Amino acid sequence: MSFKIKSEVADSVAKITLEGSLDSASAPLFQEEIQKVAGQSPKDMVLFVSELEFMASAGLRMIVFAKQKLGPNVQIFLVKPQDLIIETLQMTGFIHSVHIVDKYPA
Amino acid sequence: MAELDSRIDYAPTHEMNGIKYRRGHVLPFGGTMVPNGVNFSIYSSAATACTLVLFKKNEDIPYTEIEFPQEFRIGNVYSMIVFDLDYENLEYGYRMDGPFDPVEGHRFDKNKILSDPYAKAIGGRDTWLGDPKWDSPFPFRSKLVFEDFDWEEDKPLEIPTEDLIIYEMHVRSFTRHSSSGVKNKGTFAGTREKIQYFKELGVNCIELMPIYEFDEWEHSKKHPDTGELLINYWGYSTLNFFAPKAGYAATGKYGMQVDELKTLIKELHKNGIEVFLDVVFNHTAEGDHRGPSISFKGIDNKTYYMLTPEGYYYNFSGTGNTLNCNHPVVRNMVLDCLRYWASEYHIDGFRFDLAAILGRAQDGSPLNNPPLLESLAYDPILAKCKLIAEAWDAGGLYQVGSFPCYGRWAEWNGKYRDTIRKFLKGEEALVGELSQRVQGSPDMYLSRGATAGINFITCHDGFTLYDLFAYDYKHNDANGENNNDGGNDNDSWNCGWEGETSDPGINYLRHKQIKNALTILMVSQGVPMILAGDEMGNTQYGNNNAYCHDSELSWLNWDLLKSNSDLFYFAKHVISLRHAHPVLRNKYHFQNRDYKGSGYPDISFHGVNAWNADWSDSSRVFAFMLDGNHAKNGFLTDDFIYVAMNMYWDGLPFELPMLPEGKSWHVSVNTEMPPMQDFYPVSQELKIENQHSFIVGPRSIIVLIGK
Repeated sequence: MSFKIKSEVADSVAKITLEGSLDSASAPLFQEEIQKVAGQSPKDMVLFVSELEFMASAGLRMIVFAKQKLGPNVQIFLVKPQDLIIETLQMTGFIHSVHIVDKYPA
Repeated sequence: MAELDSRIDYAPTHEMNGIKYRRGHVLPFGGTMVPNGVNFSIYSSAATACTLVLFKKNEDIPYTEIEFPQEFRIGNVYSMIVFDLDYENLEYGYRMDGPFDPVEGHRFDKNKILSDPYAKAIGGRDTWLGDPKWDSPFPFRSKLVFEDFDWEEDKPLEIPTEDLIIYEMHVRSFTRHSSSGVKNKGTFAGTREKIQYFKELGVNCIELMPIYEFDEWEHSKKHPDTGELLINYWGYSTLNFFAPKAGYAATGKYGMQVDELKTLIKELHKNGIEVFLDVVFNHTAEGDHRGPSISFKGIDNKTYYMLTPEGYYYNFSGTGNTLNCNHPVVRNMVLDCLRYWASEYHIDGFRFDLAAILGRAQDGSPLNNPPLLESLAYDPILAKCKLIAEAWDAGGLYQVGSFPCYGRWAEWNGKYRDTIRKFLKGEEALVGELSQRVQGSPDMYLSRGATAGINFITCHDGFTLYDLFAYDYKHNDANGENNNDGGNDNDSWNCGWEGETSDPGINYLRHKQIKNALTILMVSQGVPMILAGDEMGNTQYGNNNAYCHDSELSWLNWDLLKSNSDLFYFAKHVISLRHAHPVLRNKYHFQNRDYKGSGYPDISFHGVNAWNADWSDSSRVFAFMLDGNHAKNGFLTDDFIYVAMNMYWDGLPFELPMLPEGKSWHVSVNTEMPPMQDFYPVSQELKIENQHSFIVGPRSIIVLIGK
């Protein structure tokens, strides 16, 4: 499945929807969106990832990039990640950098 | 200002088959991500040509090969930037052309694809015991890694050496057993799930047996009788010095082993636990002239290996070859490697396997002032790292007590191990030597202080602590070498029966001996090291060389925590005792005098009569008292501590030294007592009625606190 991404910022919440496979080929697109929304100083960043099937190392680094770009006060939420994504986040420890939720707002 | 990635030195100048490239940067060696591409740089002193070979992940056939134009070579270094590469799916190697002339030390073969000595990750062994692909033309594939891990506030902990309690462990053995209770068994992630266990036990440093990439399939074979697969399980055979073992990572299959290991280290640091690596720089996985050409051998054999005048390999490591560590280029590689692990992985210390080899000249002779050891000792990046030598090698160079230290190096104290083992089994004529060992071996390390010695009774190599008291002889038949491998000088004692027994008296004595050993280790000056599992009575069923077993023989059985709970609680106690009393953790040696004006010397020696140690050859008793006024070499105040050891087979009354007015003796440890009555928690010690004498049971130890 090819990678798709869209983003918006509304009420100080950055919402990014990711689909497909987030790897070294698609990570730059994600990075672009992060930079775009970061410019609007959101208080939360929400990643809708229920249709994201795979996240490679380059994809994980974008979460770190977002965290650093947005600052420590901005929370990052992953909405309905697939099991494989959760497992990868757990095994590498990146799970501590995000909040896994079923919906946003809760 | 121009963007970095639009600078002209990051734009291609050459193109071949759609691949764009240009002259690269000679340093750093290895594959390094740069704007728009990857900089490849490799050294060879005698190659006549070098070709970069690029693969897509897991593919057998390269998608392109680029010979370095001669103008891309500066000195003996070939460098090139290749643009628009897919970092994550790239695997690369080199072909080196040059003479095949073993007598001259050259083994070039341009038909072989070689792994980069500076690769930061290696593909091909992504999962533990995955398909070995014996026929692959390029089995160990160099890969790139992202070096942008988010360490947040983390840095190496720099715990004072004298305050460390080291826990030696094998990543896979630690959590692979079904009883471990972790999700990702046998991995870095699995170890991370056990951090609370380390904290409960009280250790503040874990030393990981080799985690550099190695080939578990190396020299694998089936046991001739049982058919069991025997492998290179311990991993003391390095494929690459910069790459963590992918098969130890639950995410190795995704190429995320670097992140997983860094996360483990970061979390350990958050919990106050340092991380040491057991590093093997004495040899590589390429063996001797019959071994495979994986990397160093084909890139620059004469530089990387110690060679005989006939071009064969010196074998001071006992494994076929010897890395030429005091060649300036190899020395720099070792330095680069350790700097990389210290800075990129925040490693706190290194233990060097067969480190005596690092002090040998290129012809194998021992050096008076080995440049590598000196360079490591004075390196600015390694300045706060602990450096620990296994101060001997397989070529007969034994340097325990005399390893060139430059004020930095510590040593595994093999003499401590031997003395304590012999004393515990009841041998005579050891009291004098024992007194030196518990003081931090000033007879060996007079000018180096107590922290020069890493005290241990067991380590991965040899019997476990339980087996030390359950077997007189090694039982290595399962290794498939007719019980010829492994040491015979174990100084062990089976307590009356060889192996498992239902005899309650023997089992009681074995547990008592384990407690005796742990007590001596924790009340000795120097740095204690525990072998993982000894705190719960782990057994290898008498196998003292389980290097080849990926099975329950090696895997730690966590059910032992319940069945041997007395051992675990006791181990926790003596560890907490050490942490609670700074007088047990002096950096410098005792002076055997009262330099604080307390009326007591910093350490005094006793026997069944106070102030009168029995140093005679027939003696099996020894006691010592530490005056807390001299804690931390006089900078702190602590309680008095009195330790009495009776390895005679009957109980003996020990006259207790008199304490200052107002203080009295309290029991912290008495190994003669039944389980769970054999210790009193720190600050809840039991005041004894008779302050003048204490009967120390047969083969027992007491620790009293004077407060």
